Amino acid sequence: MTAKKMNSLQAVNSALAQAMAEDDKVLVLGEDVADREGGGVTGATAGLSTRFGDDRVKSTPISEQAIIGAAIGAALAGYKPVAEIMLMNFTTVCMDMIFNHAAKLRFMSGGQSTVPITIRTLTGAGWQTAGQHADHLEGWFAHTAGIKVVAPSTPADYKGLLLSCIQDPDPCIFIESAGSLFIPGEVDEVATPIPLGKARIVQEGTDITIISWSSQVLRCQAALPALAEAGISAELIDLRTVSPWDREAVLASVAKTGRALVAHEAVRDFGPGGEIAATIAEELFGQLKAPVRRLGAPKSPVPFAKVLEDAYIVSPDRVADAVKALMA
Amino acid sequence: MAELSNAPAPSPEALVDIYRRMIRIERNDDAIRKTIRLGRLVMPYYSARGQEVIPATISSLLTDDDKICTIYRGIHDMVAKDMPLRPLWAEIAGRVDGTCKGKGGPMHLTHPETGVMVTTGIVGSSMPIANGLAWAAKLDGSKRVTIAYFGDGASNIGAFHEALNLASVWKLPVIFVCQNNGFAEHTRYENGTSVDFIAKRAIGYGMPGHTVDGNDPLAMYAAAHEAITRAREGEGPTLLECKTFRFLGHVLGDDDKYMTKEEKAAAIAKDPLPAFKAWLVAQGHATEDQLAQMQAKIEAEVEDAQEFGLASPLPSVDELRRDVFAEEMPA
Repeated sequence: MTAKKMNSLQAVNSALAQAMAEDDKVLVLGEDVADREGGGVTGATAGLSTRFGDDRVKSTPISEQAIIGAAIGAALAGYKPVAEIMLMNFTTVCMDMIFNHAAKLRFMSGGQSTVPITIRTLTGAGWQTAGQHADHLEGWFAHTAGIKVVAPSTPADYKGLLLSCIQDPDPCIFIESAGSLFIPGEVDEVATPIPLGKARIVQEGTDITIISWSSQVLRCQAALPALAEAGISAELIDLRTVSPWDREAVLASVAKTGRALVAHEAVRDFGPGGEIAATIAEELFGQLKAPVRRLGAPKSPVPFAKVLEDAYIVSPDRVADAVKALMA
Repeated sequence: MAELSNAPAPSPEALVDIYRRMIRIERNDDAIRKTIRLGRLVMPYYSARGQEVIPATISSLLTDDDKICTIYRGIHDMVAKDMPLRPLWAEIAGRVDGTCKGKGGPMHLTHPETGVMVTTGIVGSSMPIANGLAWAAKLDGSKRVTIAYFGDGASNIGAFHEALNLASVWKLPVIFVCQNNGFAEHTRYENGTSVDFIAKRAIGYGMPGHTVDGNDPLAMYAAAHEAITRAREGEGPTLLECKTFRFLGHVLGDDDKYMTKEEKAAAIAKDPLPAFKAWLVAQGHATEDQLAQMQAKIEAEVEDAQEFGLASPLPSVDELRRDVFAEEMPA
């Protein structure tokens, strides 16, 4: 299989092209996604309408409810739409369609309706886009029954996981994060889907398990050299799928290390880290050498001023400090 | 009945078929209300008594392949679309033989075989999803149409405006059917809606919009025929505002304080059911006897469905783990 160097944004484009070539039921819709509109504001869908036609790759008005509604309806009729909601904060405009309809139609119909839609969306602090363009809202979606939440961190994972989302018979939200979007890696030109719900061990270790996902994985990775220097053997797990999350992998790792830190870019309070920490505490109470700790953003909107935004993000230094505190 | 000289005239058979659908809705509605009042069914019930003509006429022009998306006050839409009554009753009773295994209930019935694709409890949400079904019909190269039913209150929700705009830009084979009964929950039409006619809003979206007497089968037939033909021929969406009245308030048990006794009495005095029946007989399209026989057959069907539904077993608690996702949730 030929691999190619590409960044995660290109990996998304490559995944969409592969999925559309393999299955003519796969559709793409969203604001500006067709080539007439430039192939997406980030270029994630560039070339697709030229290659697969304007019927299958449709630019929409700025109408998020209409976008997700159209995706749901087409899915009910046998298609596999990939809808782009340009930025994650804009999912708030169409939460009715996602939460009350896409996520619940299978259950409410007693299994008759399937809604195999993928919602691609982009977010992430660090780019001074401030309060309404950078929130990590995976906790909202993970709390909802009937929708899968995927948040990759490497180009290969972006491609493999997006392919899985498109093939999945249920709605998936695929979170692209600005902090990981432009970092290159090796990606298969024709990739194999990566199963949802399976974590990736980024680095093996014996003293502590760090659990993370999305761009935060990269910040945790950046903390590893300092930890090694301090003589700490940290195991880093990239969850890849926030819901369903890989309980087995996390519990097996923490059973081995006896310590756990969950680090995410989303606001810490009531965030997904709480769920993971509570599960570890429930399942492994007697084996823990220290309380499970969570790191996340403060309960504040994403700020604009660089100095505030830097303080908002869970930096590699904060990850390293938290690990050291847990080892003390 | 309005006589529209330039409209396609429904055949006597088509007119009798519209009546059949109306009486099926009314007899079923009557049975549901009686069963609730007897304490044998526990459910919130949004009767559409008085609104029968609209879906009865539209459905007479649809096939099983055509799709509908409807709302919590939509059982009449399903019955008009010839959804079988046994699974309908089992569903509203929350039983395993229900069309949704008892998991959807009266506000979320689904029956794809007869084209009932989505029933939503969220005002305004039928329209964006209907667009997607219509988009799929276009991609399939088929002539099927999708109907989005909604009430007058829903025309003030953002989803209505987004959906109409997209349908028009994409030229989708969808018909937006507003069953304007004059009240959004308890709020009188003019206290919540900025235009005197909802059909006017179609102008803003570049599509035809018509206000129709929703209690007149001939007027409804002409308007629906035109909209459905237009959609099937690839000319895009239409907004139909069908004016009607709900006889039994917002929800069963509602005390109707927000309307006057006089206006309610006046509307009920113009009940389209007996009026249409008398007209069919006077025109010689059917005899009293034929219509009585039809009604008796429908009553037997309703009674059978009611017995079937109430006798159906309750779902097993294991069902909570099923149909959340395609794969079963762990116990």
